[in-house]
Amino acid sequence: MTAALLLIGALAAIAGWWLARHGIAAKPWLETGPAVDLRPDDATAGSAARIGLGVFMAVATALLVLLLSAYSMRRELADWSPPPQPPVLWANTVLLVLASLALHRAVLAARRGDRDATGSWLLAGAGASLLFVLGQLLAWRQLAAAGFVLTSNPADAFFYLITAVHGLHVLGGLVALGRAGARLRRARLDALRLGVELCAAYWHFLLLAWLLLFATLAFSPSLDWLIALCTAPFG
Amino acid sequence: MSEIAHGAGGPIPAAEVPEMELPHPHGWWSTYVFSQDAKVIGIQYSLTAIAIGLVALVLSWLMRLQLGFPGTFSFIDPPAYYQFITMHGMIMVVYLLTALFLGGFGNYLIPLMLGARDMVFPFVNMLSYWIYLLAVLVLVASFFVPGGPTGAGWTLYPPQAILSGTPGRDWGIVLMLVSLCLFIAGFTMGGLNYVVTVLQARTRGMTLMRMPLTVWGIFTATVMALLAFPALFVGAVMMLLDRLIGTSFFMPMLVEFGQQLRHGGGSPILFQHLFWFFGHPEVYIVALPAFGIVSDLISTHARRNIFGYRMMVWAIVIIGALSFVVWAHHMYVSGMNPYFGFFFATTTLIIAIPTAIKVYNWLLTLWRGNIHLTVPMLFALGFIVTFVNGGLTGLFLGNVVVDVPLSDTMFVVAHFHMVMGVAPVMVIFGGIYHWYPKVTGRMLDDTMGKIHFWVTFLGAYAIFFPMHYLGLLGVPRRYHEIGETSFVPASAQDLNAFISVVALVVGAAQLLFLFNLVWSLRYGRESGPNPWRATTLEWQTPQTPPGHGNWGPELPVVHRWAYDYAVPGVAEDFVPQNQPHPAPGHAAQGHAT
Repeated sequence: MTAALLLIGALAAIAGWWLARHGIAAKPWLETGPAVDLRPDDATAGSAARIGLGVFMAVATALLVLLLSAYSMRRELADWSPPPQPPVLWANTVLLVLASLALHRAVLAARRGDRDATGSWLLAGAGASLLFVLGQLLAWRQLAAAGFVLTSNPADAFFYLITAVHGLHVLGGLVALGRAGARLRRARLDALRLGVELCAAYWHFLLLAWLLLFATLAFSPSLDWLIALCTAPFG
Repeated sequence: MSEIAHGAGGPIPAAEVPEMELPHPHGWWSTYVFSQDAKVIGIQYSLTAIAIGLVALVLSWLMRLQLGFPGTFSFIDPPAYYQFITMHGMIMVVYLLTALFLGGFGNYLIPLMLGARDMVFPFVNMLSYWIYLLAVLVLVASFFVPGGPTGAGWTLYPPQAILSGTPGRDWGIVLMLVSLCLFIAGFTMGGLNYVVTVLQARTRGMTLMRMPLTVWGIFTATVMALLAFPALFVGAVMMLLDRLIGTSFFMPMLVEFGQQLRHGGGSPILFQHLFWFFGHPEVYIVALPAFGIVSDLISTHARRNIFGYRMMVWAIVIIGALSFVVWAHHMYVSGMNPYFGFFFATTTLIIAIPTAIKVYNWLLTLWRGNIHLTVPMLFALGFIVTFVNGGLTGLFLGNVVVDVPLSDTMFVVAHFHMVMGVAPVMVIFGGIYHWYPKVTGRMLDDTMGKIHFWVTFLGAYAIFFPMHYLGLLGVPRRYHEIGETSFVPASAQDLNAFISVVALVVGAAQLLFLFNLVWSLRYGRESGPNPWRATTLEWQTPQTPPGHGNWGPELPVVHRWAYDYAVPGVAEDFVPQNQPHPAPGHAAQGHAT
């Protein structure tokens, strides 16, 4: 559970920093002045959506990190035999990078107010993401053909489970992306911009998450050094 | 109201709070059933939680009948007993306490207390309730499938949870896990709303440190739940795969009736880590809203400002953070590196410090207060006593050496029922008696309320206090029948019978409470907008019960913290949060400094 603890520690640090900046040390019983609002000025509907997405990404991160925690705990046991990683995963990684880049370009286009370019880049991003999902399915088929199925071994099951959870998050993102794209012509420019920005942020998150998951699944970097560091004072 | 703020206070322009676009209901269905109004959703959550809680109450009766009078009721055979235990625990912890505090109180109170018109994502909020209802229905369905509900114990430990010896192995466990996944999905939608509403939809002047402690408690608990429930989700999904597809996440190689199962290589301990990574924060997910609500009840009904507001807020946040690093104290007997045991025992004991700060602050709030022994106040006081009692036995159990012999005895059952069963339920009752007038415009009947309190409070002690002694004797939990043992004297059975009789009475008192809820709706005394003369914003709404959008044409402006009770130099003994300060130079500058 080292990874989960690291995540909780990081989130606690962020929360502490945020609270410190938002007057957690105030003495409200002494305040006799008028209504002073300590909130930042960007309290608009847009930022509610932004914070909502941020909270959602934190929850999704917790979900993925817990999966990884379970994975790394199971990996410690002696009989661990991970499946081979199909090379198509590298192509999929490139596709997801391209999707992320395309959505970044879509944001730039939306900021310029160029609806056509925004639409094209959204389409490119969605296409690349769809290919990514198909590529993941292909990786599954290759693994299964080689005899590594869900029931063969916990390591194989973890591979399927973790890629499936990530893939479902991509599909969910595609639904949101589709909705943003469907309003491409009708939406007010600031609403369009907001929608595209949120999609792009989510795609960057998906990319980061995939890189982390892929690195763990394919290369199994160990956090042993951290455990050793923490238990050293008692050893 | 905004003119007064500027006029009195000088030229500090406060940020304008943008108006929300509210979905306006058309007709009966979208007003009362598929409503996107957080108040209606809160009531829906509460009623559903209470309804399923009644099922859990009946299950506890059945368990107590068996324990008190073993052999008398033939329909309570061991599998049925395990099913009752499992469903009672799961319903009470997840579907009643979590849903009622966060979904019920959270939905109703957060927007009102913050001066918002509604939650920021009303549609998602509505979806949250309907998915919760679906989760409850799936859970209830498991009573009617072949084999009945799962009897794996509320912790659902594998491998036994999905082995054929366990009741409900065919359908019950599957429905249980599906229901949990649904609950978590629904909760995440609601939780997203609560967090973003607190961060974004506070009205002008409602700084973080002017929020009532109720909101702080619910907010922090929601943040915790959003991070802790994924662990249960992961565990539930993995166990579902183990059960349905035959993966081996948690299932080691097993031989059953001479047959080797197809599983192999799984780690049951892995589930325990995931479960308790959720399970321990869950205790505080239930406790923190209770802490917050009880602070407000005590302050209001003792007519005193809360003692050490800042410390109270910090303690809530610190408890929330610490609760994520104590989970393995539920696993001392599962086998672990002794250093880990040392680590988790230490963190467990450290949590007692912020918790004790809260208890002292409640007592110091009461000290020299003008204590009104209203029904909400009685329940708040009952909470403090019960919580301290249950918390102290928690200190025993947090130590590895004490826990190992007491583990899986009735002592543990008594401990957690005191600290996270009875105590939070006391606050739920207190909260309902306190806010019922705002929800309905009528007071709950006082006499029935007092009977309800005394029977519940004394009864809870009569049930759970002796249970500690049973545990010290070594009476194990989860046993259908103790039978003949060398170390348990026959008198333990008499005590068990006594506990069972009291449990029946206490359960019946809850029916009186339900009757009161319905009766007062029609015949209760009219309450007026602010019967408790409280300061927080929900009591200052233009209508009671608050209308759609909560406030009139203008949002309220907050000028002070939530606890201006008995302010020196002010005629009224309370000053609402939205009342401006007198202009400088006028007489009453008597703010506590």
